[in-house]
Amino acid sequence: MDAAALSLSIQLAALTTAALVALGLPVAWWLVTSRWRGKFLVEAVVALPIVLPPTVLGFYLLAGLGPRSPAGRLFEALVGHPFPFSFSGLLVASVLYSLPFAVQPFAGALAGVDRRLIEASHTLGVSPVGTFFRVALPLAWPGVLAGAVLSFAHTLGEFGVVLMVGGNIPGKTRTLAVAIFDHVEALEYPAAHATAGLLLAVSFAVLALVYGLQRRPFFRWSER
Amino acid sequence: MTVLFGPSGSGKTTLLRALAGLDRPESGSIAYGGSVWFDHARGVELPPQDRHVGLLFQDYALFPHLSVASNVGYGLHRLARGDREARVSEMAERFGITSLLARRPAELSSGQRQRVALARAMAPRPGLLLLDEPLSALDAPAREGLRAELRRMLEAAAVPAILVTHDRVEALALGDRLAVLLDGSIRQFGPVHEVFSTPVDADVARVVGTENVFPSRLVRREDGLVVLHAAGSPGAELVAVDPGGVEEEVYACIRAEEVVLEPQEGPETSAQNRLAGVVARRQEEGPLVRITVDCGVPLIALVTRGSARRLDLGPGCPVVALVKAQSVRVVPRRAR
Repeated sequence: MDAAALSLSIQLAALTTAALVALGLPVAWWLVTSRWRGKFLVEAVVALPIVLPPTVLGFYLLAGLGPRSPAGRLFEALVGHPFPFSFSGLLVASVLYSLPFAVQPFAGALAGVDRRLIEASHTLGVSPVGTFFRVALPLAWPGVLAGAVLSFAHTLGEFGVVLMVGGNIPGKTRTLAVAIFDHVEALEYPAAHATAGLLLAVSFAVLALVYGLQRRPFFRWSER
Repeated sequence: MTVLFGPSGSGKTTLLRALAGLDRPESGSIAYGGSVWFDHARGVELPPQDRHVGLLFQDYALFPHLSVASNVGYGLHRLARGDREARVSEMAERFGITSLLARRPAELSSGQRQRVALARAMAPRPGLLLLDEPLSALDAPAREGLRAELRRMLEAAAVPAILVTHDRVEALALGDRLAVLLDGSIRQFGPVHEVFSTPVDADVARVVGTENVFPSRLVRREDGLVVLHAAGSPGAELVAVDPGGVEEEVYACIRAEEVVLEPQEGPETSAQNRLAGVVARRQEEGPLVRITVDCGVPLIALVTRGSARRLDLGPGCPVVALVKAQSVRVVPRRAR
């Protein structure tokens, strides 16, 4: 059992989830409410990580945010160290990689809120932002919670992007999935079993929670 | 109260949504009391938040996660807390929902929902109230009662209002003026009974459907019937089946197809209304002839060409118009 890897994975997943809620909710709300004709392009970009191999995303992140690129120099100036092989670089990569797993459930839940309630709020003088917090979010929260839990679980088990961007530095970028890979390569099967079993149990529990929540929301939101 | 009346698909709801700022028209302009809300040519578009319009949705669209009190107070976010609470209780008292303030919308009857929705729309004191087919989601018995209640509340509210409907009775019962909307344009606009009795063209006539609409006063009730005095010169007395729930001021509505004309010396029939008069006007309408009989009120009858020929119906000809009591529809009217 690799305690450092577990703690790192949980830290990464928690921070990624927090960032995804902060970033994904506005993106999802914009996707739901925008009347802009080109918004399908944004939808496609957000969904890209579902179909792309993590190595492709990792490769472009390394190329785009590497120490010699302008964006990479900006990253270094802001964060204080270069993008590759760092925890904050890992965080940026996982946020991008898990974006669709947050934005799609968020958008689905927000789109499920009766449009007339949003319009009623607007005619009652409440701004779009106020309407989001007073009507859309309270009514969509089971879906928002599901999206957050999914992105947490997805980040917890992330492998390809982590390895590409973060490498394998114990206590810094060595997450659970990478640790399992290490154990198997070193033929340490009992350790691999323990870690893999833990990941399996956590993933199952999280998914069961998500589906349970969607079946039975904590309060009724349908009017009839 | 202006009623926008038209069949489904005529553009009524689109027009209402454009007024509220929820839909953007492709062209044209919208102005209200000196301020421009929308002008395509000048690129002006006031967001719904700045129009101060109260909108009553078809199924009321109450916020399901909020209590009745929070629903009513929803649009009062600019008021200080104390003022907001005062306004909510003022509205609750006016609309008779004080005992419901702690409930959720799911725990309300449709009548209570209507009152909460109206209180919510009226609480920020809008300059214009828009109502989108407020009664169409209800079943018939509930509708009768809520229509009367809505009328009373709108009278008390004293705010300019536009109501959209495809229901003739709703239009008559709630409207002062009627705009007939057909294929996206307003074809006729005027006092309600005037539009019903003198449609400008055949399309409008087909849509409004009821040629004879007489503002009337209820004289007395007897044996499940009501006796009405239809205003005119000198007016006429009409007997109708008592629909229940109507007060003194009503409209008496008769479809022209249901008026039978006979020569003056005709035999006694079962029809309750025998109105003697003279033919004032005769218009050919395809296989039918539209005869206007002056019998104290201008009564329009639609008869076949053959009948018109047989009775030799022409201006000045004396006739008796027969109308069964069941054919006189009694609709409540707003007191002016």
